[in-house]
Amino acid sequence: MLINQFLILGAVLFCIGVYGVIARKNAVLVLLSIELILNAVNLNLLAFALRNGDPDGQVFALYVLAIAAAEVGVGLGLVLLIYRNKKTISLDELSEMKG
Amino acid sequence: MGAALLAEQALVAQNIAFGLIAAVMVFGAIKVVSSNNIVHAALWLVCVLAGAAAQYLLVYAEFVAVTQVLVYVGAVMVLFLFGVMLTRARIGKESDLNNKNWAIGIPVAVVLFAAMSIALIRGFKAEKLPGPDAATRIDTRLVSDSIFGPYLLPFWALSFVLLVAVIGAIVLARKD
Repeated sequence: MLINQFLILGAVLFCIGVYGVIARKNAVLVLLSIELILNAVNLNLLAFALRNGDPDGQVFALYVLAIAAAEVGVGLGLVLLIYRNKKTISLDELSEMKG
Repeated sequence: MGAALLAEQALVAQNIAFGLIAAVMVFGAIKVVSSNNIVHAALWLVCVLAGAAAQYLLVYAEFVAVTQVLVYVGAVMVLFLFGVMLTRARIGKESDLNNKNWAIGIPVAVVLFAAMSIALIRGFKAEKLPGPDAATRIDTRLVSDSIFGPYLLPFWALSFVLLVAVIGAIVLARKD
């Protein structure tokens, strides 16, 4: 197997995730796109761990997994709070911080 | 039948598996960012994450693959579905999930992908990954030695981050 097939698959997933973050308005869907980006990063880390024969890549992939779980928990808590206060989770409505 | 021939056949099987899983993952990812139904988007993400776990097996990262299935497909997706349920009464198609100027995302993603793929193809050309019988094979024992050895401090920090995230989520979502 070539290393590039994994790296380019990671790049495809990353770009689709970036598109999702830009295009989506619903906060839950933006969080879903961020998960796509984090998985692309993990794929790259594991491909390089195999290439270099070094366990560090797998260690950091596990750390990314744990951070992603924490991020989803806090992110959904925030979305829930916004929904309770404004009755919508459309990101366009959150413009109080605009000058 | 020689061992070299067997290894060759295993490589062909690995490449076919990679292609199939990669196609499913890319299709699922496109459905995640284009579906008009939030629940369907979340379920397509399950498809992508399970495919990613299979790809992790192909790069011989068994422990990370199992953790991916447990944490993402098991826990994170349940959280997402709860989030969808708690933030909207209606489950079904919706029309206003995208921004007004969502089309800007397409050129951004295409240019980003072009830049990345040019850099990757120029940088790694046709470099091959080592096979399963290489001496550099990483097993779970090495990974755990690394986590509880040189990377112990980040591991502690991560434990605190998880603790803070759990408490923070409770404080944020509590009704009063």
